[in-house]
Amino acid sequence: MNYIANPIAIAIFLAFVGFVLGMSFYYARKAKSASGYFAAGGNIHWFVNGIAFAGDYLSAASFLGICGMIATMGYDGFLYSIGYLAGWIVALFVVAEPMKRLGKYTFTDALDSKFNSKGIQLMAAISTLAVSLFYLIPQMVGAGSLITPLLGLPQWMGVVMVGAIVITIVATAGMTSTTYVQFLKGGLLIIFSTLLSVAVLHRGLSTEPRPETFSPQTMAMADATPAAEISDGKSGLTFVKLEADGISNWWIKRGDMLEEVQSVTKTAGGETLYNGAPKGDNKFKSVGLVAKLPDGQVKTGPVGVFKYFATIQGSEIVRYPAGKVAKLEVGGDHVELYCPETTKGEDLMVPGQKFKTKDGIGKLNFISLMLALFFGTASLPHILIRYYTVPSQRAARKSTIVAIASIGFFYVLTLFMGLGAMTLGVIDVADGNMSAPLLAKAFSPVLFAIISAIAFATVLGTVSGLIVAASGAVAHDLMDNYMNVSMTDQQKVKAGKIAAVVVGVIAIILGILFQGMNVSFLVGWAFAVAASANLPSIIMLLFWKNTTAKGIAWSIGVGMVSALGIILTSPDMYAQYGLDKTTALHGLNQPGIVSIPLSFIVLVVVSLITQKENEGLQDIR
Amino acid sequence: MLHGPAAKVEKDNSSVWKAKLGIKLFWLYCAIYMGFVGIAVFAPETMKMPVLAGTNLAIIYGIALIVFAIVLGLLYNRVCTKKEDEMNPKKEAE
Repeated sequence: MNYIANPIAIAIFLAFVGFVLGMSFYYARKAKSASGYFAAGGNIHWFVNGIAFAGDYLSAASFLGICGMIATMGYDGFLYSIGYLAGWIVALFVVAEPMKRLGKYTFTDALDSKFNSKGIQLMAAISTLAVSLFYLIPQMVGAGSLITPLLGLPQWMGVVMVGAIVITIVATAGMTSTTYVQFLKGGLLIIFSTLLSVAVLHRGLSTEPRPETFSPQTMAMADATPAAEISDGKSGLTFVKLEADGISNWWIKRGDMLEEVQSVTKTAGGETLYNGAPKGDNKFKSVGLVAKLPDGQVKTGPVGVFKYFATIQGSEIVRYPAGKVAKLEVGGDHVELYCPETTKGEDLMVPGQKFKTKDGIGKLNFISLMLALFFGTASLPHILIRYYTVPSQRAARKSTIVAIASIGFFYVLTLFMGLGAMTLGVIDVADGNMSAPLLAKAFSPVLFAIISAIAFATVLGTVSGLIVAASGAVAHDLMDNYMNVSMTDQQKVKAGKIAAVVVGVIAIILGILFQGMNVSFLVGWAFAVAASANLPSIIMLLFWKNTTAKGIAWSIGVGMVSALGIILTSPDMYAQYGLDKTTALHGLNQPGIVSIPLSFIVLVVVSLITQKENEGLQDIR
Repeated sequence: MLHGPAAKVEKDNSSVWKAKLGIKLFWLYCAIYMGFVGIAVFAPETMKMPVLAGTNLAIIYGIALIVFAIVLGLLYNRVCTKKEDEMNPKKEAE
């Protein structure tokens, strides 16, 4: 799609960034001590901390990724909402209070509180870094995709900008400024998502496409004079090229009829044409359409929550699934054709469009994904460190409940925003991630500007939290504890700041390298790695008194390596490498079902072998 | 190297009681969550069944899982706060 920079958007965006940076400098003076830098001095109010949890947790993957997936794949996107939220139950009931009781700045502290073991310090720090980096990549990629429609700048500039702003936030005031950025963003995200959802329900559903939406024309084959006719072996469809006034466009042959499709052509001369014309001509349009409403209606008008769902269940929707892109080579030109697919609403409103559960491996992948989402949240280092910013266990528990309520409310809204984007024809056919901000654009350009600025802030908030977690792992766990580098409190803060800058720069580079990748893609995997590496140790340390230091260190190592190993050799990753999916070493795309139990087993076996080490240690449960 | 908490945490006599309750509630939620996963995997057609005001089981079950987490969290907090006040002589500072 062609995006034009919007002055209101730029103004709102700049005001927001200016405010955030001003706040960071204001709080910088509070971050002189290590406790101030890494844990905001442990005196953040539970309510602020709870909303900051939401701001930390509701990353680009939630706002952009889930809404985008619901918009293109229906219910399957909502599975992430359910799983991400359910994970908080594990956080609240199992880990919140013990984590608070046992740790100081990082989750390694809590794991190591009983043992003071070099092995745990090293493995937990490496796993924190690995999970944080895995999580950082999609955030940076998301920032890049946002910058293009918001400011009209190329994607890499978005990545560099986010990187620079976040490094400033973290390096000036550490956890304090990070907390307030997250609080602000979490609050704004929830308020404006509510507004957007109300607008979707108020507008209701209609079969009339908006003028900005692509509404395919049809014509009889007999009336056409094709310039080319090509069968695509992969999709089994036949496409016809027609030319008029020097502009060529593409149609799908359906029996005796032709149906228009949208095309992106990279010509042999290096030019890119959208529906046969240069980008500036704005011929390429957004997609998504209600083909048929129940009982022959044309328009529903404002509807209630349940009526909205029930109406979509009874409708037929025109979608453009990512897998339905035909790629043709025509006389040196490379043509991509986006093919529509009409799907029954009742099929879109249940799981199954993305995660097929018909065969054994599909069932296994589904269970594995839901397992990783459930157990991943309570194992994410950047979430765990937020327990150290509040003064008491009671405050830790209360802030977790505020987090669950606000995040849960937001996740219910993802349904309306996703389905709204699907039915209002706002989806960018080439990038589903932009569905939620573009939905706002269908209502008002100002709302779009605000939502985009919030989405950008979403990335800022989450990336800041991740960088604080990673810098804590380097300065506190690795340098101070593992390597025993003798540091004063102030030197420790300095080491943390330098680590934050280095991690930030690495994140910028990775964000540019992984451009164009789906933002939900890696986040699900980051959860799987976190759940496999960290959760078994946390649970067993708390509930099994025979757990030993070696057991924990081995469990983290094996969990992390096995999860990463399965991911790197999975069919989805083969597709990323440009290889044939079917030649992958195994059929598992989601590692959790193997790597989580494996990590538990390793912990138990190694602990039983090394029981002697525990003699004389105090039970911390 | 010491790993003591960033803020001084007072001794809490109710922590064992709270941990036991937490685990029970965790298993309760876990069972309901697994029920959802089970239906989605082994009886996907059931998910299409309308259950409330024409809305299907998938949507209702999904939203119910979210709402139930919030309700369970609020209940847990209420019970825990009460127990803390009972078991700890001096109220923990907030």
